[in-house]
Amino acid sequence: MATAHQTAGPYWHMIDFPAWADLLRADGPNAGAEGERIVIEGTITDGDGALVTDAMVEIWHADPAGRYDAAFQGFGRCATNAEGRFRFVTLKPGPVPGRGNTLQAPHVQIAIFARGLLSHLTTRLYFAGEPLNETDPLLGLVPAERRATLMAEPVSPGTWQLDIRLRGGAETVFLDI
Amino acid sequence: MSDPIPYARPAPGTQPPLDSPAYRSTQGRAPLLAPIRAPHTLTETSSPRLSPLHYPAQADMSVHNGKAAMGERIIVAGRVLDEAGRPVANSMVEVWQANSAGRYHHVRDDHDAPLDPNFEGHARIFTDAEGRYRFTTIRPGAYPWRNHHNAWRPVHIHFALFGQGYAQRMITQMYFPGDPLLALDPIFNTTADEAARQRLIASFDLGVTEPEWALGYRFDITLRGPAATPFEEGDHP
Ligand SMILES: [Fe+2]
Repeated sequence: MATAHQTAGPYWHMIDFPAWADLLRADGPNAGAEGERIVIEGTITDGDGALVTDAMVEIWHADPAGRYDAAFQGFGRCATNAEGRFRFVTLKPGPVPGRGNTLQAPHVQIAIFARGLLSHLTTRLYFAGEPLNETDPLLGLVPAERRATLMAEPVSPGTWQLDIRLRGGAETVFLDI
Repeated sequence: MSDPIPYARPAPGTQPPLDSPAYRSTQGRAPLLAPIRAPHTLTETSSPRLSPLHYPAQADMSVHNGKAAMGERIIVAGRVLDEAGRPVANSMVEVWQANSAGRYHHVRDDHDAPLDPNFEGHARIFTDAEGRYRFTTIRPGAYPWRNHHNAWRPVHIHFALFGQGYAQRMITQMYFPGDPLLALDPIFNTTADEAARQRLIASFDLGVTEPEWALGYRFDITLRGPAATPFEEGDHP
């Protein structure tokens, strides 16, 4: 039996290191890594549409070649700010092999930890307009009318926005992984 | 290439349900819709390889800037294994906690209890090849919260673990044996399975205890292991 999750609570910032939101930071594990630099940002809201200003957001994604076993470490952490926003700087991931000889569209795994979440929520960010989105195995499991909740849109060159709604409204698709 | 081995799904009742009304904050934040069950791919079965080179270890919270924190010094040690009993080796573990008076070194903690200039309350350690970890700290205090009238959190230390696949990523809390607040705590009690709850409670361990220095507590952590059969996962051939 695996140990039970418990909420990260409101004081998780004891392990917030703001530099980690920049995966390309000069003194980090990916310094000098080459690829397409992107910004990933968004706003998190709760069941009342109120801003979630105390969440811990983590990302995990493959390198530009779609690999997890190479040097690049696609891991970042960011606290949502007073506007409920998170922002990461990283390299755009490549397509990743799926199960059974399928190919997954480029994607970023997102984990959300916060007060009120007894275990973290998992979702994915995909990049709007990516041709592989049409055949991505996971997107294929998501009802068509809800896929937009996983689709980041370009808001300026290199900057992708994905807002996350925890509950109600256009609730984000969360994944049971 | 061959498919990665998926992780086992939790047995019913052994994990806390997101929608737990007794823990009031869940009611604004727990999703209303059922999650989509995702097959485990390399995204779920790979994990960041976080090295002490870029994430320096710091295993002693009981001393800050060369000065001893107030409170009862303790040692916490244990092993991180998966459900198959395999050690989770060389894996980063983060811990954080309130000080001995029950106050976090955190701008939003307004509990009227003293801050300790010699206590920050976070540490980072790495498991060894056998999955063992160990750190020194101060026994934290209980603290009030506003979930319901006269609500107090039992004494606890927060733990964040990575494992070898992102599907193993987890945050939990370690509790202390004999704490009368456990029976009253909505967060602890949301997990239905009695054995699962008991596993969140550390045990006093004379073997971890250091003579004339500090009491020792043992807290072993189990991360998800491989699924019993690879076909359980609902593969898409
Ligand atoms: Fe806490």
